Amino acid sequence: MSEKKKLRVATTSLAGCFGCHMSLLDIDERLFTLLEHIDFDRSPLTDIKTVSPGTDIGIIEGGLCNAENVHVLREFRQNCRILIAMGACAVNGGLPAQRNHLPLTTILEEVYHTSPGLANGMIPNDPELPLPLNKVHPIHEVVKVDYFIPGCPPSGDAIWKVLTDLLAGREPELGHGLMHYD
Amino acid sequence: MSLTFTLDGKTVPFTEGQTILQAASAAGVFIPHLCYHPEFKPHGSCKLCTVKVNGRQTASCTMRAAPGMDVESETEEINAERRALTQMLFVEGNHFCPSCEKSGNCQLQATAYHLGMMSPHFDHFFPNRAVDASHPDVLLDFNRCILCSLCVRASRDVDGKNVFALSGRGIKTHLIVNAKSGRLADTDFALTDKAAQVCPVGVILQKRKGFAVPIGERKYDQAPISETVTEGK
Repeated sequence: MSEKKKLRVATTSLAGCFGCHMSLLDIDERLFTLLEHIDFDRSPLTDIKTVSPGTDIGIIEGGLCNAENVHVLREFRQNCRILIAMGACAVNGGLPAQRNHLPLTTILEEVYHTSPGLANGMIPNDPELPLPLNKVHPIHEVVKVDYFIPGCPPSGDAIWKVLTDLLAGREPELGHGLMHYD
Repeated sequence: MSLTFTLDGKTVPFTEGQTILQAASAAGVFIPHLCYHPEFKPHGSCKLCTVKVNGRQTASCTMRAAPGMDVESETEEINAERRALTQMLFVEGNHFCPSCEKSGNCQLQATAYHLGMMSPHFDHFFPNRAVDASHPDVLLDFNRCILCSLCVRASRDVDGKNVFALSGRGIKTHLIVNAKSGRLADTDFALTDKAAQVCPVGVILQKRKGFAVPIGERKYDQAPISETVTEGK
């Protein structure tokens, strides 16, 4: 039993607020149990910057609001056997997608030019900055996603349920009380 | 002799004129539905209540029960179709539950929970729909409308005011306010209207009453929709 190979898990936050990662930490002392079964690869928890090929599970928080988000998401999809969308933003765009009914130019103009108190405001154009997308997209609109954990954020218990279901080889299921979109 | 049909193998009694959905509800059996409301004439449009009667699909809110019918409802096949319909409702509008006052009391959300909807599956439309905050007591947020027409029926048939209507056809169908300006403030709509109480989602909301009950303590937080919707509730 103890010889069983640990699963490699990578996580990231794209257009998210890290709330889902906080919720992941909310599984509290169950983290020790989890670490008996998994090793963290790329993750804000390890500060590793790239996803190792052959990673078993990739967990994505946040949707896609710029070109870098798309790049990172594709790196995860390419290197992870199973990809999980964690939280409302990854699942349906969430809060950042509330800008989708406004033209991007209008938003940038307001934020950097026309809002009160901006002196010589200028829209940032440093080539290092990733270009914003016209609309914010949930991740399943760009890559294939295997599992979804809804919630803003999903509770630690919901994340724990999905991870333990997967570790046990079961189809993840959230019953009443764990299934939440809010 | 008492009248009965079978629903998922169980015998369900009914009275002459009752629909399958009405008889099931009376017997305490839940069939998912959104546009049906026990106090109103069925509309038959959301198709969530679809069942198989003697092997053929039909809306259980409009189909009258008949003796000996063999009705299937809680099957993997039918629930998968109900889930797909619900996912389409979610992507066609802007359903952002975390900021919606109706979250936890919302029939669309609770139905999606019941059907185990883990993702919207389809690509989002992200439509651009304006809100109408013109009325002193009521906010209209069209982003969440699922075209169930309950407000249309309530305003026309109970309140006698005809404040709402569905306009356009097909994918362009949308809820409108019957005023020259199109604004709710320019109608005789009142908070006491039946139409103000029937919205299953978060379109028609009372102003200045947000989050009176905290998230986590609301109707469908207490019990799943399958245990709360029975005849007359």
